[in-house]
Amino acid sequence: MMNYDQFLSKKALDLKPSGIRKFFDVASKLDNVISLGVGEPDFTTPWTIRDETIASLEDGYTSYTANPGLLELREEISRYMKRKFNLSYDPESEIIVTIGASQSLDLAFRAILNPGDEVLIIEPAFVSYAALVTMAGGKPIPVPTYGENDFKVTVGQIEAAVTERTKAILLCSPNNPTGSFLNKDDLKAIAWIVQKHNLLVVSDEIYAELTYDDEYTSIAAIPGMYERTIVINGFSKAFAMTGWRLGFACAPKPLLQVMLKIHQYTTMCAPHMLQRGAIEALRNGEEQVEEMKNSYRRRRNYIVHALNEIGLPCHMPGGAFYVFPSIQHTGLTSEEFAEKLLMKERVAVVPGNAFGESGEGYIRCSYATSLEQLQEAVKRIGRFLQSLGLRTSQKKTAVGNI
Amino acid sequence: MKLTEQEMELLAVLEENHRQSAETIAMQMQISPEQVNAMIKKLEEAKIIVSYPALIDWSKVDGREQVVAVIDVKVTPKRGVGFDEVAEKIYRYPEVRSVYLMSGTYDLSVTVEGKSMKDISRFVAKKLSTIDSVVSTTTHFMLKKYKHDGVIIEGKDDKDRRMVISP
Repeated sequence: MMNYDQFLSKKALDLKPSGIRKFFDVASKLDNVISLGVGEPDFTTPWTIRDETIASLEDGYTSYTANPGLLELREEISRYMKRKFNLSYDPESEIIVTIGASQSLDLAFRAILNPGDEVLIIEPAFVSYAALVTMAGGKPIPVPTYGENDFKVTVGQIEAAVTERTKAILLCSPNNPTGSFLNKDDLKAIAWIVQKHNLLVVSDEIYAELTYDDEYTSIAAIPGMYERTIVINGFSKAFAMTGWRLGFACAPKPLLQVMLKIHQYTTMCAPHMLQRGAIEALRNGEEQVEEMKNSYRRRRNYIVHALNEIGLPCHMPGGAFYVFPSIQHTGLTSEEFAEKLLMKERVAVVPGNAFGESGEGYIRCSYATSLEQLQEAVKRIGRFLQSLGLRTSQKKTAVGNI
Repeated sequence: MKLTEQEMELLAVLEENHRQSAETIAMQMQISPEQVNAMIKKLEEAKIIVSYPALIDWSKVDGREQVVAVIDVKVTPKRGVGFDEVAEKIYRYPEVRSVYLMSGTYDLSVTVEGKSMKDISRFVAKKLSTIDSVVSTTTHFMLKKYKHDGVIIEGKDDKDRRMVISP
């Protein structure tokens, strides 16, 4: 038997396997599962976008495009960033179209990190962040946040984590997995400390459109922050285009051009025909984005209320399509809870610790599934809590005071 | 009538599915079930919510297959009442499912349902064309319903193709 370890990269071997993976293997083999474990919209891509893409194939748009993507698309992205976030990026030199927002993140870290540079990652966080930083030669530094503070990071927490090796801070608002949302004041406080310590911000804004209560502010729009921010966004969540793998990054020219250099050697460009569809999304997709958003907002309201009612305490998240209820009172770990719930009641959720240690004691429930499914899931979770002897009351509480 | 944002949202919820309890709707809108019921009552009284019909595909029910025709009707409008009087005459027939006033080459679009083609031709010959102001009729028989009132009757399986768990 050959020892492959001798051939493999030490860094790659040492990466932690995704905590979601092993759960997926179990859940996907069971029948009659209601899944609240899905990190993507339950809508298919709006027809007009699909139609435009089919037409682009018929018209023969099958070649490479320019490395940063079609200029026409970058111009649309530029207008979109101005319209939505009041940010001005030059389509010629400050925007790049990538394979999902994931590739933008990868490019950002590879462009800015030298070996040993530290990146602060606000946890609970999306599963890829730490691995991307590590693979780019950096050192991920987790900054845990807590439910008592709506999983928002404080200036004091950042201050405590900053060292002279700190290069950047990675933000994700609205957040996967907590749904937590940073408002303008939160961002101003973070901007202050970023400037004080001369850091960069990598801002993952993939859920920006799915913000339900307040207006969205990009940290790049805070005075003095455009210069220090790499904004990452994409089509996956807002336009229900996850499988297309189409994202983009916007940054000041000196940063973006280095990202572009890496992009041209590794990827060349994003698929041509899909970029044509993305142009259509930005030109004519807004109304449908709004409809989907309204639908998520109503489901969010429902699930938060229903989970609190059956005794799973959960705060009202400002965005994305996740709720992150606490299961601490059950005495089970996140993984035990998720596993028992799956085996007993066939409801799949993701254990919170998959998103970092501070996610322990919580579970992530995606409400991007039909209301009927959500209602059934709530029923099953309620029954599960009862079987643990925990469901305190079934009586209806007054609506509106959560 | 100018509606509040909440009333607009309620209409959107009901239009998608009106068979939800007031409690479920209340939870989605973050108001009380009593408020939901009061709003519904108000919208019903204002005839903004007109009715709650079920969309039934009768073609699947043995013995209840129906013949549907869409009839283009040209009429001479009457002084004072315009098209309203003749439209009313037509919509009073129970076999008439819908009547619309149209722009273009004809005036009224009338949908009629019957058990057979004979039924419908009898209706056109004996009832519709004998109305005074009706000038002419063109009858189109419907062969298949694909989509009705925004609902796809029998489309491709729009099943959930997502993985059970994803990050």
